[in-house]
Parts: sequence; structure tokens; C-alpha cells
Amino acid sequence: MENNLLSLIIFAPLAGAAINWFLGRRLRDERFIGVVACGAVAVSTVVAFYLAFKSGGALRSTEPVFDHLWTWIHVGKFRADFGLAMDRLSGTYALFVTFVGFLIHVFAVGYMHKDEGFYRFFAFLNLFMFAMLTLVLADNFLLMFVGWEGVGLCSYLLIGYYIDRKEAGDAAKKAFITNRVGDWGFVMGIMLTFFLTGSISFFNKPAHGVTSALQTIAALSVDPFTAHAIVAGGVTSIAILLFIGAAGKSAQIPLYVWLPDAMAGPTPVSALIHAATMVTAGVYMIVRCSAIYTHAPTAMFVVAVIGAATALFAATIGIAQNDIKKVLAYSTISQLGYMFLACGMGAFVAAIFHVITHAFFKALLFLGSGSVIHGMHHEQDMRRMGGLKKYMPITFATMLTGWLAISGIPIFAGFFSKDEILWRTWSAGLFTLPSPPWSNALWFVGALTALLTAVYMTRMMVMTFWGTERFREKHLDHAAGAQGIHDDAHHDDHAVHEPHESPWLMTVPLIVLAILSTIGGFIGVPYALGSLVGLHPTNYIEQTLDPVIAKLPVGKTEGAPAAEPVWLSQPPQPTDGAPAFVSLDESPEGAHSAEEIRAERLLALVSVAIGAFGIVLGWIIFQRRPLLAMPRILENKYYVDEIYDAVLINPINAGSREGLWKIFDVGVIDGFLHAIGEVVIDGGRVIRHLQGGFVRAYAAIILLGAVAVIGFFAYFGVHAMHFLP
Amino acid sequence: MEPQLSWYLALSAVLFTIGAAGVIIKRNVIQMFMCIELMLNAVNLTFIAFSSFFQDVTGQLFVFIVMTVAAAEAAVGLGIIIAIFRNRESLDVDDASILKL
Repeated sequence: MENNLLSLIIFAPLAGAAINWFLGRRLRDERFIGVVACGAVAVSTVVAFYLAFKSGGALRSTEPVFDHLWTWIHVGKFRADFGLAMDRLSGTYALFVTFVGFLIHVFAVGYMHKDEGFYRFFAFLNLFMFAMLTLVLADNFLLMFVGWEGVGLCSYLLIGYYIDRKEAGDAAKKAFITNRVGDWGFVMGIMLTFFLTGSISFFNKPAHGVTSALQTIAALSVDPFTAHAIVAGGVTSIAILLFIGAAGKSAQIPLYVWLPDAMAGPTPVSALIHAATMVTAGVYMIVRCSAIYTHAPTAMFVVAVIGAATALFAATIGIAQNDIKKVLAYSTISQLGYMFLACGMGAFVAAIFHVITHAFFKALLFLGSGSVIHGMHHEQDMRRMGGLKKYMPITFATMLTGWLAISGIPIFAGFFSKDEILWRTWSAGLFTLPSPPWSNALWFVGALTALLTAVYMTRMMVMTFWGTERFREKHLDHAAGAQGIHDDAHHDDHAVHEPHESPWLMTVPLIVLAILSTIGGFIGVPYALGSLVGLHPTNYIEQTLDPVIAKLPVGKTEGAPAAEPVWLSQPPQPTDGAPAFVSLDESPEGAHSAEEIRAERLLALVSVAIGAFGIVLGWIIFQRRPLLAMPRILENKYYVDEIYDAVLINPINAGSREGLWKIFDVGVIDGFLHAIGEVVIDGGRVIRHLQGGFVRAYAAIILLGAVAVIGFFAYFGVHAMHFLP
Repeated sequence: MEPQLSWYLALSAVLFTIGAAGVIIKRNVIQMFMCIELMLNAVNLTFIAFSSFFQDVTGQLFVFIVMTVAAAEAAVGLGIIIAIFRNRESLDVDDASILKL
């Protein structure tokens, strides 16, 4: 189905960015700029909801909504369209990106009040929405890459938004350069995809003669589960290369280092880009390429292990940070690790579900921290907060829901998605790859992470909202200025300001997000839990996304006799337009055996117990001693930045300075140019004697020349002319 | 004894060599100028000698052209010499070794 409204979703924010950049900078009117920026995103939101939910819309039919704008590149077999497509997956993404984006825009109008670069901020923010929606709605790899680079650029611009502060600029560069490493993988993955399939499109578009690369791969046989497959140049290699790209954008080990530093940007940027939307682009890309990953068990295994490792690693760091935004940054990395763990376990739907609920509660927590920072007059160190619940009741209440959601307390959104991931991880070993000991180990890592998550979020809440009011104290250690990155430039020596509640422009988005964090999980209540209380709720998220996601083949574990992939549900059925995977298995009873339901309920109970235990543990430890010193190695983030400095950055610096500069540039390049110059100078020193300015010397030369010419002919005869040309 | 063609050519060669040597050796710009005239007239003598030898009037025509050009050259050259002398108070060509006045 073609619908030209689709392009309005991406071009409305672009128009908003252009208006704010060219007109807003002249008007300098916050009301005008705010209305334009929020209005542009509101248009996108309305159109996205309309196209998704109207009859025959993207989320209600198996046919994607297409908008083929123009053929961008067409050389030989290679073809890239500037075409948008909204299917069930990209539709789901577009919905929460536009909606959460809209709320954050509204919040930012309040947060950025009286900022010098108000117009610039909103122009970049709208440009980001344009790039993010292009990434999501692109119908081929290359256009997705355009959006991918676009969000990277906007991330760079917004991290470095406070242009008068060096650490902001450094953080922006760090983010940009780290992402380049990932982008290398992404580009190579795209090239290999084209090399293997002759197409880079996600969809079949018969009207334009485009076939889906994913469908071609889905028809191939599954790669073997060996380490060699990674470098074999087949589907596994594509999957690994694409995962490198995803790891860069979504801050996974070893490319996560840029995300904590990215907190140098304004808080709404952290909420929008570095929590809710951009950093989940890697998850989106992997789920979009689920056909590739289900054919690459080795890559799945790598994704799962890296995801689990990142989740645990970041959670342990998050427990020791004192900057409220740093805690949330490491929490984001940890939750992204969860999503990749789900992807690696083949639970793609659970990954997207967690992306959505995470967008709600993490945006809420970030905006809440922004509200705290705003109310505390740009203080970010939790050691100087405490007892804020009296001063900021709305912020406190909303962050309370976010805290419960991320800790995995039932009925809050995070519980359902996190529980789904843990259950899928545990059960994956029973029904599919990798083998049970691995999946149980990964489940254990995930459960431990859940415990730590509850503990550090409790610590953050306790340090911020409960306990003694530490912001009145004079801080002797402030002169040391050790706290790295603060959100804003003007912190005026912390004369005692009374904390105050934020204006309604900031609290209303908080309230909306708090409601979503509370009830957002009900779109994906699993059958096993719904039936527990006698209800039979539809698992909307699974029902919606299941048809567009490739199924894991089973039976390829070590020693298993099955050589052919055995499909959990029906094997992929090529259909025009839609991606190739349509599962017809929608009856909940059929898919769930009684034994499985019992196991799922038991694990849900375990994860609730873990979350509750974490909160209690955190409360007991930090209620009395909110300033309890954490292990130094955790506070210093395992010295990873220092290790990177020592292993990568310093050698590159030294090599560039000593090798490239002092030897190659000075020696070879400069030396070559200097040699040319010296040859010319020395030659000139000799030849200039011919041009002494003495008339008689000239006359003598003319005479000698004439004698030489005449002598030549006199000696050899006139016929010697044929020597000359 | 009848004068032979070779006598004229020998005389002409001697005159030309004296002129050429004078141009190179002499520093006085007037003397250099006179030596140039000497070279021109040595060539003129050659033209006349061949004209008479071949009974062809073309050589004599060339002589007229050379004399005309020499007259024009003398006018321009003397003008330049006067200009240089006014400027440098010297007729030594080596003093005029730089182009600007």
C-alpha cells in the first residue's frame, strides 16, 4: 500500500529544524521556537498514529505502508531507493519515538528556559527526530545508514551543545569517534549483504522490481555453529559486522565508553537520544535483520554473551556513581545489554518490548533527574541532595513509578518486559540454541543484573529524595571540582538555594510518562501471567510483532541429529510486500504447554523476589548511610577509560606524534619538498651568473653562440640539418 | 694584379673580427657603438663584393637596406646613450649592469 503521508512523518521535523535555524535565530522568541519544535514533532506523532491504526494501517495488516519517494542510486544491480516503509516493527518504533520525543520536546521548552542557544538546541533536536525517523522508516540498508549517521551527527552536536565547555566538546568527539568504529562494521555488513544477495532492501517491492535481501537470506541454509563461521564471509559474518555497528550505536562492550561521557549534554538530550531512542537503534537494526541472525547461531551466541556481559558490567559501575546522570547512563547501558541478551536468545519481541517500556521509564527517570537538577540550580552530585521529596512532590512521585518500573515490581511496565527477557533466556536452552548450561548461566547473569539494578536505583532514590537535606551544607571539597561533568555552565558557588518544584511544562511530561511507565507493560502480558489472575489478556506486542520476525530454527545444538533446521513455527513463507515471515500460530493455548506455563510462573515469581530483595537491600544499606563509600574500582569504572588510554589512545597519539609527524611528515613529506626547493636554489645559484647584467658578457655569449652554429654547419655541411627535428 | 674576390672577403673578415672583438673588449659605450658599425660595414663589403662577382644587383640592394637600418639604429642608440649618461654620469657599460635606472 502506498501512502504519501508517510514522508510527512520525517519531513515535518526537518521543516521544524529549518524554521528554527533560519527564522528562530533571528526572532529569539522562546514561545515561537518552542511551538515550532513541538508542533513539528506533534505532526509526526499524529501522522504516525493515524497510519499505524487506521483501518488497513501498518499495525493492523500484514502489508507494510510504503512511500517510494525517488530512486536514489541505481548502478548496475545495485539499487537504493529513497523509500519509506512502515510495517509492524517500524510502525511500533515510530509510535514510541514520536510520542516520547514529543513529551521530551515539551519538557525541554521548560528546561532550556533562558538558555543562550535556545533556537540552536531545538533546531538540532528536530533534526535528530528527522534522522531517527529516517533510520526507523527506511526501507533499505543504505537509507537506514543515512539516518544512522544523521542521529550520530545530531548526538555529536547536542552532546557538545555547551560549546564553551571543553569536557562537552571532548565527550562529543569521543561519542563520534567511537561510533565510527561501529559504523565501519555496519557499512561492511551492508556491502557483504549486497555481495551475497544482490539487494539491500528490507522488503519486496514488485512494483519497483526490488526483492528483499532478508528474504533471500531466509531461504539459505543455517550457518554452522562454529567460530570459523564468523570469518567465513557468509551470513554469520554479516551478522557479526552488523552487530559491531549495533554495539557502537547502542553502547555495548567494548564500544560503550562514549555513553557515560555523553551526559555532558543537556538532560533532555540524554533522555531523548541517550536513553529512549537513538541508543536503541542497534536493537532495532538487529530485530529488523532477525532473518540474518536466526541463520547465524554463532552471531546469536556472541550477541547474547556481549549483551549479558554489558548488562552486568554496567550495573556494577552504576552502583558506585555519585552523579545522578551517570547512574542513569550506566543503567541505560545495562538495560541495553538486556535487550541484546534477548536478541541473542532469539526473543526479538521481548527485546522490542523492553525497548518500549525502557523508553518510557528511562525517559521518565532522565527527565525526573533533569527536573531535580533544574530544581537544585544545576547541581548533579547526589551527595549534595537528600530530602528532596518535600520540595519536589511531583518529581518525586513520578520518579517513584520509574524506580519501581526499572526494578521490576509487578504491574509496572519494566516488570513485564524484563521478566519476559529472563524467561526467554532461561527457556531458550530448553527449546533452541544455545545449549542449556549456557542459557542458564546467561539467565543467572541477567538475574544478578536485575538485583543490582534494583539496588543502585534504590540508592539513587534514597540519596536524592530521602534522608537529611545535604544541600545546605557548605562543601569544602567543592574546590577540588572533582565531579567532572556538570550539566550547566553557571553554577554559582552554591550559595544556598531552596530547591523548588519545576514548572508545569516540565511536570506534565513527567506525569504522562509516569502513567505510561505504570500501565505500559499491559501491552505485553504473557499468557502464563494473565491466566494466573483469571484473565485472558491479549499479548498485543507479541501478536503485532510476531508476523514480521524470523523464527529460530531448533535442533542444531551440538550432537543433535537434525541436520535440517526445524522451525519452531511455520518456515518462512515468501509473500509480496511483507517480510517473509508470517506465523499463523496465534492461539495462545496451542503454543503453551502446561509445564511451560508452570515454569514461566515460577521464574516470574523469582524475578519479582529478586527485584523486591534488591529494593530492600538497597534501602537497608543506603537509608542510614547514603554517603557510604563505594569500592574505588567501581567508582572509577574499572579504569576502562584509563585502559583505553593506555592501550589505544596513547599508542596512537605517540605513533602519530613520533612516527607520522616527526618521521613521516617532517622527514618524508617535508624532506621531499625541501629537496625540490634546494635543487632549484642550487641550480639557480649557478645559472644566475649567466644573467650578470653585463652587456659585454651578453655580447660575448651571442658571439660564441653564432660561432658555434656556424662552425657546426661549416664542419658537418648544410646537410647535417637532418639531425635536427 | 687584379683584385680578387678573396681579397675583399679577407678584408671583410678582418674588419668584422676587429668589430666583434671591440664590442666585447671596449667598455666605452660610444666605442662599442662604433665597433657595431664596423661589423655592419664589414658585412656590407661582403655584399658588394659578391654583387660585383656574380654580376647581380641584389647584393647592392641589401647594402642600402643595411645602411638605412644602421642609420635608424644609430639614432635610437645614441638617444639611449644620452639617457644613460644623464642618469649615471658615465659611459661605462659595466656601470649599467642593473636594469632599473
